[in-house]
Amino acid sequence: MTLQIPSIHYLAILPVLIFFGAALLLMVGTALLRSKVSIAVATSTTVAVSLASLVVNFFQWRCVAKAGASTTIAHAIVLDDFSVIASAVIAVAVLMTALVAHDWAIRERVSGVEFHIMALASSGGALLMTQANDLIVIFLGLEILSLGLYVLVAFDRHRATSSEAALKYFLLGGFASAIFIYGAALVYGATGSTNLTSISYFLGSNVLLRPGLLYAGGALLLVGFAFKVAAVPFHLWSPDVYEGAPTPVTGFMAAVVKVGAFAALVRVLISSLGTQLDTWRPILWVLVVLTTVVGASLAIVQRNAKRMLAYSSINHAGFILLGVWAGTIRGTAATLFYVMTYAPVVVASFAVLTLVGGVGDEHHSIEYYRGLARRQPWLGGALCVLLLSQLGAPLTTGFYAKFAVLASVVDAGGGALALIALVSAAIAAYFYLRWAMALYADDDVEGVRVEVPRLTGAVIGFGVAVTILFGVWPGPLATLAQHATVLFTP
Amino acid sequence: MNVPAAWYLVLAAILFGIGAFGLLTRRSALIMFMCIELMLNAVNLTFVTFSRTLSDIDGQAIVFFVMVVAAAEVTVGLGIVVAVFRRRPSSSVDELSELKG
Repeated sequence: MTLQIPSIHYLAILPVLIFFGAALLLMVGTALLRSKVSIAVATSTTVAVSLASLVVNFFQWRCVAKAGASTTIAHAIVLDDFSVIASAVIAVAVLMTALVAHDWAIRERVSGVEFHIMALASSGGALLMTQANDLIVIFLGLEILSLGLYVLVAFDRHRATSSEAALKYFLLGGFASAIFIYGAALVYGATGSTNLTSISYFLGSNVLLRPGLLYAGGALLLVGFAFKVAAVPFHLWSPDVYEGAPTPVTGFMAAVVKVGAFAALVRVLISSLGTQLDTWRPILWVLVVLTTVVGASLAIVQRNAKRMLAYSSINHAGFILLGVWAGTIRGTAATLFYVMTYAPVVVASFAVLTLVGGVGDEHHSIEYYRGLARRQPWLGGALCVLLLSQLGAPLTTGFYAKFAVLASVVDAGGGALALIALVSAAIAAYFYLRWAMALYADDDVEGVRVEVPRLTGAVIGFGVAVTILFGVWPGPLATLAQHATVLFTP
Repeated sequence: MNVPAAWYLVLAAILFGIGAFGLLTRRSALIMFMCIELMLNAVNLTFVTFSRTLSDIDGQAIVFFVMVVAAAEVTVGLGIVVAVFRRRPSSSVDELSELKG
């Protein structure tokens, strides 16, 4: 008797392998070596891994261009342009986070090797989610991503709020995962498979007489995703966790979780449940309206910079959902373009917050930002540009990102929805501008000077450069996003 | 005696409901934690039942993945619970009120 092993296309899973391999290597290394592994080694490993992953992404892109998109390992993993671009975005976000975390760990005197192990493993989970073509693989990716993050959130042992945030995140995250996998079980019962392609074929070639099971399963999957991307009304954990987590981790969460979860959401809703578009669209409509409006409105009343960015990221999640709502190829491209431009901006924003937070990571009241741009024009100016990009001001990438999702929604016949989202953007603009004005206030010029370490400064500079460069000249990024179609779009 | 498959599904749904209800109402972190485990095991029962009705082995294989995930969650979760309540007298989540706004 022989056992057949499904064929494995190693190039497709190479980024995931690199990330998990490096995490394992670092972990075993720290356990075996008698001398302590220095944080510089850990940081360089993460940087090297991210760069290697980007190089692999380049070859994957060429492979897809030559041989077309494909599935591997019994159709559980996809290699298409969409996954390649999403992986590259994750790698960039990890690279930026690692540099910020390096300076943060030195300042806070936490030994940081475990930080990088968790960050690498966690991003490996996110990479898996971008390529998953099976509900179970999505679940595994989601869990690997989340388990690493729970630990990262609890990483700051000097502050009680850090572990408190971790417990809240853990309990609600576990709840969300259980709901997600129950949804997967019901979809399996209704369609006979957990493979997204098989589900799509089944729904395309059969008429469900009693679709209740499928609808219930789909709804539970959607709730699980909504929890992870913090869509209203499943957002309650996010401000607390964003505030309690160490600030570099908050930036990592805001970027990497969003890329992973939205990539998987696009695959589930569009390439697998695309035939049920008319059923999930109204639900998503309500989610988008609530998420954009509530996120923007509650951001206004916050006095803590981290909480403000938490609500702002809820608002952004609503905008990214807009592209998913459209359900078209154009909508998918807009979703991808949005996360591509949002990820570097949000990591850089939280890098500024890390610096202003000072030793102990506690100076996050909005008061600490008064006059920052007068005292330190470069740092304050950078934050100002990053805020304007999140606002969606012209000449920044945020403008084109918002424009792309709104255009795709109007194209798909959602004029009212686009209008509501625009109103929410206007509400959000109020608090971004208020913050930007506070940066240039001249009544508090003698405040504390914030120290800017070199690596963190480079990350902030990179974020600003990306948002301005591609804000003025969005062509290359937009072309990438447009070419990055999802395999099996109906 | 023949037990209809639907009964298993209903039992699983009830277990899942108990878990979800417990998670939302109980205040002890450890019990909330047990509720998550209960929900995951309800999912396992659902998978096995569907696996039988569909005559498809995949559902039973998936159960192992869910179990491994549940075990990993326990490891991380208990670590966090210990870290949080080392400086507090009880494991009630009501004591965690520093993050508000």
